[in-house]
Amino acid sequence: MTEIVLTIDDRQVKAEAGMTVLQAAQKAGIYIPTLCHHEQLEAYGGCRLCMVEVESRGWTSYVVSCLYPVAKDIIVRTRSEKVDKIRKVLVEELMAHAPDSPELVKLAEEYGADRNRFEKEASFCVLCGLCVRYCNEVKKKNAVSFFENGSVRQIKFVPEVAKNECWDCQECFALCPTSYAQAAYLLTEALAFPGQRKTASRVAKKAAKPRMVIPIMAVPMAAKDSH
Amino acid sequence: MSEETISAIIEKYRGQPSSLIHALVEIQHANHWLPREVMHQVADALQVPFAQVMQIASFYKTFSLTPKGRHEVHVCTGMTCHLRGAARLQAKVEELTGLQDGQTDADAKFTFATGACLGSCSIAPELIIDGKHYGRMTPDKVEDVLKQYE
Amino acid sequence: MPKLQTATELEKFRTEILAKRSSAKPCIAVCAGAACDGLDSAAVAAAFKAAAAPLGDRIEVRTTGCHGYCEKGPNVVVTPGDICYFEVSPADVPELIEATLKGEVVERLVYKDPKTGAKAVHMQEVPFYKHQTRLLMGDNPKIDPMKIDDYLAVGGYAALVKALTTMSPEQVLDEVKKANLRGRGGGGFPAGLKWETTRNAPEKTKYVIVNGHEGESAAFMDRAMLTGNPHKILEGLIIGAYAIGAQKGFMYTRHDMPLLEKHVRNALAQAAEYGLLGKNILGSGFDFECELHFDVGIFVSGESSALMRSIEGNVPEPRPKYIRTSVSGIWDKPSNLNNVETWANVPQIIEKGAAWFTSIGSEKSKGTKLVSLSGHVVNSGIVEVPMGTPLRTLVHDIGGGVRDGKTLKAIHFGGAMGGSIPADLIDAPLDFDGMSKLGAPIGAGGLLLMDEDTDMVEVSRYLMDFLTKESCGKCVPCREGMMQMLQILTRITEGRGKAGDIERLQELIEVTGVASLCALGKTSGDPLKSMFRYFKPEYEARIASGSDAK
Repeated sequence: MTEIVLTIDDRQVKAEAGMTVLQAAQKAGIYIPTLCHHEQLEAYGGCRLCMVEVESRGWTSYVVSCLYPVAKDIIVRTRSEKVDKIRKVLVEELMAHAPDSPELVKLAEEYGADRNRFEKEASFCVLCGLCVRYCNEVKKKNAVSFFENGSVRQIKFVPEVAKNECWDCQECFALCPTSYAQAAYLLTEALAFPGQRKTASRVAKKAAKPRMVIPIMAVPMAAKDSH
Repeated sequence: MSEETISAIIEKYRGQPSSLIHALVEIQHANHWLPREVMHQVADALQVPFAQVMQIASFYKTFSLTPKGRHEVHVCTGMTCHLRGAARLQAKVEELTGLQDGQTDADAKFTFATGACLGSCSIAPELIIDGKHYGRMTPDKVEDVLKQYE
Repeated sequence: MPKLQTATELEKFRTEILAKRSSAKPCIAVCAGAACDGLDSAAVAAAFKAAAAPLGDRIEVRTTGCHGYCEKGPNVVVTPGDICYFEVSPADVPELIEATLKGEVVERLVYKDPKTGAKAVHMQEVPFYKHQTRLLMGDNPKIDPMKIDDYLAVGGYAALVKALTTMSPEQVLDEVKKANLRGRGGGGFPAGLKWETTRNAPEKTKYVIVNGHEGESAAFMDRAMLTGNPHKILEGLIIGAYAIGAQKGFMYTRHDMPLLEKHVRNALAQAAEYGLLGKNILGSGFDFECELHFDVGIFVSGESSALMRSIEGNVPEPRPKYIRTSVSGIWDKPSNLNNVETWANVPQIIEKGAAWFTSIGSEKSKGTKLVSLSGHVVNSGIVEVPMGTPLRTLVHDIGGGVRDGKTLKAIHFGGAMGGSIPADLIDAPLDFDGMSKLGAPIGAGGLLLMDEDTDMVEVSRYLMDFLTKESCGKCVPCREGMMQMLQILTRITEGRGKAGDIERLQELIEVTGVASLCALGKTSGDPLKSMFRYFKPEYEARIASGSDAK
């Protein structure tokens, strides 16, 4: 693979062609904050927290490092006045929905974000899409998805599918930065299919003990007496 | 009418996941809304995850996941119509029908919606009912127009 | 109709068509454009057809696409002579037929100057038309969009013949590059360069796309062109596909205009029937087919990469621009997308040459531009002028100034992603870069006049509201940032402005502008930026008088 040399935070970093700036940075041990990024998933570019400043051929631009491909001789800065401002405001915008998310609280401290800057709209979901994308790309079950568009976009479980798939999986719950995913699943179950979740143990139990067809005949007198 | 038409549409696109939007547009036009059971049928026939069908159906405002009224009353809120008084027109329609944007009345007679520019800006502001244009509308003319519809 | 197998057959066929037509025969062209249709021009056309039926060959009646003078519809143009009749109703039909047969004019239906009362009978004399250069729109009154023969009769597909028979793909591409044709959808990016990137992309399968979405509010010229002369756009597309090496094309347009759909479907079918689409077009060895796709009612799906997701059957979420769609577009194949008006320019560039094209327009913006004139203007309609034309010409000479005797306060370009400039900048030339610098990029070309009573604060709130509804919602800065900007603007318009609101808005504009994934989010703050540049006192006063201003 072709080797590409770029500069990140004044350090020379060696990367391979086809890598993103984020991958190159992580490989070199340089930290860039992310929220919607996950190694098992296709890079999304939705949260924009991984934005960095890139100087290339005399032009400065701001790009998301999770998607931006490495190129020869580019100069990347993971912190700058503008980059920091972007991260601060983005965190403030997200904290209007999930002010107590541990990841956001940590970022707020680092970037001086004010958790009360914007009026609260307590959806608790930051729409990072980790649950949706994990379920689609890794589990391939499509039990949870995005709905609606724009500022009313939301993540919901699809009851017909969640009923059969979720209880035995639950893997997206741990991915969620705000604990919304777990709460959303439980709420969906309670409203749409209470007591009807299909679990592997239930299915196994059913398979082990096949239903008896009750024969239409009198119980033999002898069996009754044996009690 | 509807069930056979819908089945025919679904059959036409069977096995073609990239025709999802075509199928939904046709069903919406024929049926005026997209019932959930039909969405399941579309997902099965076109080999698309049900969640994706529902995502597309909820994303685009042209699709309706709830039954609509017999007549679609549309006030254009594009920029020209807005400058020429669409807000007053909208208020009048809301007053006369009792409906807010996106709602259908209890008799399923009218569904009211606002939406952007249909390209007839020169006759702004516009009221469009079932595709028929009533241009250069003023609030005082609205009642007579609505009366024509059963 | 047997397929035309060679260019020679096409030219022979064209000669036959022309031989059967006489320019002396009276023809009545009734406009069926969107506004005229809304004014029931269909009834006028039906009345004309009924009245002309018993007259057989003596007179022809034709329904056409948009003539341009939407304000005065229903529009009728009579040839020979290009006599323009305005605000025609079915009751006028018998008189018009009689006069036309006698070669006379019905004075009461011609144009009258609102101030002087002076009449103008012929199109070249009517002020609205006189100041225009109608290279693209001019043919509309001559063509029934359902008849490919009408397009052939005005010289249609001659450029395609020239390209396929006398030029190599590289030569065609070169000509378009030399012409400096810049995208007419809003980006203003040089089409030739985009074509070249697509052509040079390593994948063999390539696509070309017509973006006929036209989501920009108050822009209505693309729909008029596509409904009124679909073959012109198709011809441009086939030529482009030839230059780029694409085998398949997509026309992407709106689902909510039945006439548009009917005309485009018919045009594609007729072109295929005549052998202008399909395998071995006119014996050139070039294969090309074209599909029709629809948007389903959201502005963001007009964004180039989002549109491509939509064609794939996915949710229209844009991709960042460092993944160039000309390299990786629909199904990750190189895809060249251009606006309707951009494609419409291609045939004339090939036919008359880049040198001719560059002689029109300004230094860096060549050719003509279609402008949809609306808002508080007297003469609303679709206008075509050379780039570089001063806005004053558009507003006053063509547009007739502001209606109801009011004064002009601002001129707005670019819809929800554009900007407003004050009336004193009216001598600025219509130009991509110049208007951008002034803060009102021309976008798709929708020009709105705003009169003295316009509440600029409310306009910016309205535009932000529009964008929040049309955003896809994928990225945080657009989804959340615009919502917060809208909340602040709503507060201000409701009289609850707070000290520091302008600074809050400015920070949000900055972050949303830099961090957003696509142009929708990135330019969402542009109207506000222009408002702060030119109309800041209005905002300050509104905030200061607010109840929460302390």
